[in-house]
Amino acid sequence: MRTPIAYFLLLAGVLFALGIVGVLVNRNALRIFMSVELQLNAVNLTLVAFARLRNDLGGQVLAFFSMVVAAAEVVVGLAIIVSIYRRRRSVDVDEVRELRW
Amino acid sequence: MVGHTAGALWVIPALPLAVSVVNLFVGKRLGRWSGIIATVAVAASFAVAVAVVLDLVSAPAEQRLEVQHLFDWIVSGGFAVGADLQLDALSATMILVITGVGSLIHLYAIGYMAQDPRRGRFFAYLNLFVFFMLMLVLAGNYLLLYLGWEGVGLCSYLLIGFWFDRVENAEAAKKAFITTRIGDTLMLVGLAVLVFRFGTLNFETIFGSAGSVLTRDAATVISLLLLAGAIGKSAQIPLHVWLPDAMAGPTPVSALIHAATMVTAGVYLVIRSHVLFELSGTALTVVLVIGVMTTLFAATCALAQYDIKRVLAYSTVSQLGYMFMAVGMRAYGVAMFFLVAHACYKALLFLGAGSVIHGMHDDQDLRRMGGLRRAMPITFVTMTIAALSQAGIPVLAGFYAKDALLEVAQRTDRTAVYVLGTVAAFLTALYLGRMLFLTFFGAARSDAAEHAHESPAIMWIPLAVLAVGAVGAGLAIQTSPEGTLSAFLEPVVGAVPLGEGMALAALITIAVIVAVAALALAWLVYGSGRVDPFALRERLEPMATAAERGWYVDRAYDVAIVQPLKAFARLTGDVVDTRIIDGAVNGVGGIVKRVAAGGRLVQTGAVRTYALVLFAGVVVVLGFIGVRA
Amino acid sequence: MPLDNVVFWVFAPIAVAAAVAMLLTRHVIYAALFLVANFACIAVMYLLLDAAFLFAVQIIVYAGAIMVLFLFVIMLLGVDRIDVRSERLFLQRPLAIVLGIGFVVEVTAAIRAGVGLSTHAPEGFDQLQQAGNTQAVAAVLFRDYFFPFEATSILLIVAAIAAMVLAQRKVRAVTQAEIDAEVAAGQPSDVRTAS
Repeated sequence: MRTPIAYFLLLAGVLFALGIVGVLVNRNALRIFMSVELQLNAVNLTLVAFARLRNDLGGQVLAFFSMVVAAAEVVVGLAIIVSIYRRRRSVDVDEVRELRW
Repeated sequence: MVGHTAGALWVIPALPLAVSVVNLFVGKRLGRWSGIIATVAVAASFAVAVAVVLDLVSAPAEQRLEVQHLFDWIVSGGFAVGADLQLDALSATMILVITGVGSLIHLYAIGYMAQDPRRGRFFAYLNLFVFFMLMLVLAGNYLLLYLGWEGVGLCSYLLIGFWFDRVENAEAAKKAFITTRIGDTLMLVGLAVLVFRFGTLNFETIFGSAGSVLTRDAATVISLLLLAGAIGKSAQIPLHVWLPDAMAGPTPVSALIHAATMVTAGVYLVIRSHVLFELSGTALTVVLVIGVMTTLFAATCALAQYDIKRVLAYSTVSQLGYMFMAVGMRAYGVAMFFLVAHACYKALLFLGAGSVIHGMHDDQDLRRMGGLRRAMPITFVTMTIAALSQAGIPVLAGFYAKDALLEVAQRTDRTAVYVLGTVAAFLTALYLGRMLFLTFFGAARSDAAEHAHESPAIMWIPLAVLAVGAVGAGLAIQTSPEGTLSAFLEPVVGAVPLGEGMALAALITIAVIVAVAALALAWLVYGSGRVDPFALRERLEPMATAAERGWYVDRAYDVAIVQPLKAFARLTGDVVDTRIIDGAVNGVGGIVKRVAAGGRLVQTGAVRTYALVLFAGVVVVLGFIGVRA
Repeated sequence: MPLDNVVFWVFAPIAVAAAVAMLLTRHVIYAALFLVANFACIAVMYLLLDAAFLFAVQIIVYAGAIMVLFLFVIMLLGVDRIDVRSERLFLQRPLAIVLGIGFVVEVTAAIRAGVGLSTHAPEGFDQLQQAGNTQAVAAVLFRDYFFPFEATSILLIVAAIAAMVLAQRKVRAVTQAEIDAEVAAGQPSDVRTAS
């Protein structure tokens, strides 16, 4: 007996929630970014699980595209973090509050 | 109908209006020419008026009516008012007086205002006044009349406060305007009632159908409302208080507006509306009563004044009371003749007073004058003529006017009116004598009086011309209640029903004795030197001061009306407006500020807070969806 | 017991534990490494779901490229320092945890309602992958999703160029005195003299 698909989905949900908590709780920009990657992975897992459930390879293809785009996004995001660091000598997101009241 | 000059009616008011506009714009640059063109305008108006009236007279009596429709002024649904000029016997008399006396006064003013840098504006206002007054009397309907009415009120305000840099002048102008406003507003209500009842304001229509449209009570209401306006404009009790203060204006203004013309507008209005007043007997009685009261009241005040112009102001109020008396007795011809004669001698007295003031280097106090007859002979002679005329010395115009009035009272069995009228005549002669003797006789009581000088020709020529009028007007126009002028006016105003009374000779004798006795008494007290007038006055205190202060009517108004209104204004201004309304508005602003101040704290600038709120929203929304499904 | 179950119940907890550890650790490097572990477990999950191709891609791209990139940047920026633990924002942590738990509850309810907690995968999947998962995916990718494929390639080029531009250092001429001053102050000098 194979594992019910729901368990994969549940795992993905838990990982997603952990990702969100990581985004909210961390102050280091890089850690926030890593949490976002965790969330993306959870979503990919969901896609592949549904692909298996619905007998449709489109889910796997979409997960593939998601990974590619995530890679591109990580490249650009890290470049931004680097240039911010160069200006401010810090990657603490709490310090970026010019739009304060 | 009247002949060729009929179409020229509109020229009469147009000339002064045009020159007024010219003077308004370029008067300053014209220098003394501003006065000259202004005088020429009014004189030309007079010439045209004479021509038009001659034309009018050439027609038979029943056809002496000329209406010129200039243009449609208001056309609104069923209500239409045209710019209609109406020339009949009544308005003809008025325009001759206005333009005739007016041009003389303009001439005088050229000399009087020669040193004033703002005379361009002065003559502009003066011409504008003449225009409005002419519109008032030439109007063929009540609305055009009201236009003129308001216009002369405006010009009166502008001219009284002409030297506006002195605050008391501005205050006097305000007082005049506001007091007459009370009457004007009631008059406007009257006009509204007329529109309501008749659907039009046209004279011919209203007077033609009044008998069938109005009940006695309705006529009474309308008449009393119109009368209110007349009381204000003609300075009768209780709205007389503005006229003495209006003497703050330049003397030509006092002469023209507050003696000869504007103040007579009230009399004109009542005479013009006589159909309505006669329909309500009560209204005429009210007119009569007010006339009598005012005449006596003002005469007592005139007796106690120290300012020469204020004597004449109260005198004007008193004489207007006489005119109202005549109107109240339906003797319109008598009233109109009184108006004409009064215009002559009162304008003369004012211009003469202006001459005296001029010679006294702007001092107006009677107590500081004295012996001026030697220094200012022409002024002395002309003013004496005018005073004697007003006092009622025979053959002079004023005698015929007053005598006719008293004769009417006697012959219509109004004994009380006759007696009181005679008493008032006595007082009139008395205060005039006082004025004359204090000014021109005795020793000079101040330096200014010692060094006084006569006025230039341009100022005494009008005095001379007016003196001719003061002397000869009676003989020329009317020597009895049924005289020429009354006959002339009869088609318009009807005849005065007269009974039989005392013999004419008896009436005349009584009148002359009264006048002479009063003058003799005045001579005794003020002229002969046997009595010290100032000591006498002190013995008459406190009545003397009360009379001088107009029997404290001003004070009563101040306490009862003005101060409470001012307090109310302060209340609304400082409390309601500042604290309540501004407080509410500012409060709203304050609330917005405080809410915003609190609200902006949401913008922490921290991205993580925003992310948290975002996530919370997601969870909530998902919850909703989940629960719904 | 079926192998699938065993594998699942071994690697799923590891994945969760790695994620939690990533959150809790105070060293950024450790966090990155824990994330790599998580990715590896996810890859195994893919394998369990008959997605062999993605299993490989996950390891190569995510664990092998993305995380390496992360580690480069972490060490480039010198952020191997220890993170501060205090939280300045009011209620941030408690609320985050509460909301996270709430989210999981909602997802569970959604899954139960939508899929059913004990639904098994249907049997037909093997038929699709007669020639193997990679070939099957290729067949779908290069036929039905060809256009997105090409678009994605453009995206990658754009991303590479963007990264180069963003991370560029600005060049300006400076005096030796400025360089000496900066060095003396202990700041890493990020300028170089123009040659």
